[in-house]
Amino acid sequence: MKDKFIVSPAPHIHDSTSIPKVMWNVVIALLPALAFSIYYWGWKTLFLTALGVLAAILTEALIQKLRKVPITVYDGSAVVTGMLLTYNISPGSPWWLPVIGSIFAIAIGKQVFGGLGNNAVNPALLGRAFLLASWPSLMTGNCWKPTMAHNLSASSINGISNLSAISDSLATISPKAYNLVTGATPLKVMQTLRDTTFINTLTSDPATNIDLGTKIFNGLIDMGTLKSMFWGNIGGCIGEVSVFALLIGAIYLLWKNIIEWRIPFFYLLTVAVLTFLFGGIPGLPETQYSLSLPIFHLFAGGLILGAFFMATDYTTSPLTKNGRIFYAIGCGALTVIIRLIGGYPEGVSYSILFMNVMTPLIDKLTMPKAFGKVKK
Amino acid sequence: MKLKTFPGGVHPPDNKQYTSAVPIEEFPLPQKVVIPMSQHVGAPSVPLVKVGEEVKTGQKIAEANAYVSIPQHSSISGKVTKIDTFLHPLGAMSLAIEITGDGSDSWIELVDEPDFMNLPVEEMKNRIKEAGICGMGGAGFPTIVKLSPPENKPIDTVILNGVECEPYLTADHRLMLEQSEGIINGLKIIMKILNAQHGMIGIESNKPDAIAQMNKLLASENNLSVVPLKLKYPQGAEKQLIYAATKRIVPAGGLPLDVGIVVQNVGTAFAIYEAVRFKKPLVERIITVTGSVVNNPKNLKARIGTLFSDLVTYCGGTKSEIGKVISGGPMMGYSLPSLDAPMAKGTSGLILFSEKEARTIEERNCIHCAHCVDVCPMNLVPSLIAQGVKGGDLTLAVKAGLEDCIKCGSCAYVCPAHIRIVQWVDTGKLRYAEERQAK
Repeated sequence: MKDKFIVSPAPHIHDSTSIPKVMWNVVIALLPALAFSIYYWGWKTLFLTALGVLAAILTEALIQKLRKVPITVYDGSAVVTGMLLTYNISPGSPWWLPVIGSIFAIAIGKQVFGGLGNNAVNPALLGRAFLLASWPSLMTGNCWKPTMAHNLSASSINGISNLSAISDSLATISPKAYNLVTGATPLKVMQTLRDTTFINTLTSDPATNIDLGTKIFNGLIDMGTLKSMFWGNIGGCIGEVSVFALLIGAIYLLWKNIIEWRIPFFYLLTVAVLTFLFGGIPGLPETQYSLSLPIFHLFAGGLILGAFFMATDYTTSPLTKNGRIFYAIGCGALTVIIRLIGGYPEGVSYSILFMNVMTPLIDKLTMPKAFGKVKK
Repeated sequence: MKLKTFPGGVHPPDNKQYTSAVPIEEFPLPQKVVIPMSQHVGAPSVPLVKVGEEVKTGQKIAEANAYVSIPQHSSISGKVTKIDTFLHPLGAMSLAIEITGDGSDSWIELVDEPDFMNLPVEEMKNRIKEAGICGMGGAGFPTIVKLSPPENKPIDTVILNGVECEPYLTADHRLMLEQSEGIINGLKIIMKILNAQHGMIGIESNKPDAIAQMNKLLASENNLSVVPLKLKYPQGAEKQLIYAATKRIVPAGGLPLDVGIVVQNVGTAFAIYEAVRFKKPLVERIITVTGSVVNNPKNLKARIGTLFSDLVTYCGGTKSEIGKVISGGPMMGYSLPSLDAPMAKGTSGLILFSEKEARTIEERNCIHCAHCVDVCPMNLVPSLIAQGVKGGDLTLAVKAGLEDCIKCGSCAYVCPAHIRIVQWVDTGKLRYAEERQAK
């Protein structure tokens, strides 16, 4: 028998989680969305994602080598960043876009702060913001449009199902309206509709304009469209379009106790409530207070990806339970503000980035009272 | 059955299967015992004997030297062979009395008073005090102090802690099955001393046999009841147990008596019963000797001061190399460098880990996952306590809850970065005390 045993502080048992386990589980949870993007857009999305991940890993390893700190790329956190960054670009992007985005995300978003656990904002979102500022035309506009074969079935235009009946004649009645519904993402259509000057110039007849606007709106929030959005048969970024695929991953993360319910729940709830109250189109009375509208906003754009996979990023979201609620409500409110009155059709990334910066302050202000502490 | 519990907590595998069905076995008289002078919270006891002196089993060999202190007794008969520093079951080296046995186990004179319930309260308290009883669940607070609350703090409820939420340990479980009546008598004595109207025994749901047995025995008592509790760690922590059983919240920095409650471990209750009825000092207790490498894990009734090495030998030795020796439970117990330490009054378990189980993982950066926040039963922010202590920012650590931490270890148990949060809390508490003293 030995006479010296390991002496270490209690507890002497551990639930066997570790940083790599957490991160690789996030990777697993992101895979269904990747599978759906391959299904809709072809192998190119896999290629882009692989490039983004590879760039993230190499950048992290290189910088850690230069910093003379242990190389920890095996922990999967760089893989998560590379995946999330690529999920936030268009499937039509050139190959170097995810590469540059990932390099920026890891180098400037993560390693300059000291690596995992020290970054102020979500590295992937910072990388995306950098790409959006540097190559706006690649990051918005036509590149958002699905370009592969499966995505536009004959019965729907850009997922907007009941417009098929009017779409043929729409081209002759109002080329402007036709271009809109066939060109962009559902959120872009929604944003354009909210612009009253746009509706007023659809045709020369005001009554027809209101009718057309209402029709497009109803097409957007119609069951068929929502279904397309749920499955991901719409325009958008690589990893954000399929609500279904993302929810599979989200349920996995909740089940594995890797993310906690407060942030996604209050984020989505805030978006739903605010879009129900304020999401109707100004000037179109029939579009107010529709129950389908909040669903449209929940399914649209990067909200599901953002709420479950990016707003929940450990390092950049609040520690305290109440803090998480405030943070999530802040993310939701900003997202809605940007979507309804901002210059961009989508506001998820900027909202989360902004709330990331607020996180230390939120933690400070929401420090919990210890069990048994009386309120002073 | 509706199970009661508290917010937060974790679910470690309970690993009680090794010993939960093994009846208590009497450990044969040890040849040598080492009685530490600090087996309790408070001032160390002062030796009354000299080297070479003959002592009897149960003889007082050290005196309490303060209000918060207890006397110590020899647990075997024999000769005092050393008064020196020895390895303490909590890890450090401290003063202890070594007694080498004469093999006769001749006791001091005991009594038997079947009518013990009618003894005057003062006599009961005196016997408990003289018996050297301290809390046997681990913390080791002198029992007599707990039984003497200030007059302006009336106690209405006594809760016996039979939760045993630490994994591996089954000592309290077996005691509840095999000495149920003694425990209930102990509860009644405590209630009489405190003039409390209600008595409860809190038991976790993984001990259905103990719950059933206590229920049966308490069926005819209308002021005594069993409180079945949800299986969750740290269900047996005092404040968490009180909340689960009564919904009362002990104020931060306060004591259970502030909310009219006194909690005693079931083992302590049994010791109280024996002290009051037989004038028997606390010289033996039940200890679970277990772990994957122990050949025959057992629940042993052993004399205080018995060396861990003797206990392990009695349990058939080990199957493979020992990696770690833990006195107490795996969540809050202490790891020891060797098996040379003796068991003390608060030592409920001796757990041996294999080398593989003993492996520790390097601490990494906190990634702010907040898992520690989600499991903290005291509603603190453990990661910020650790960060504050590490970074020398005690103000942050205190804000995050340094003073209120009960060191249950739930946070460190779930930490994916394997940060030794409890150790940082210990360091922080020390530094904070120094800082306040300096002011």
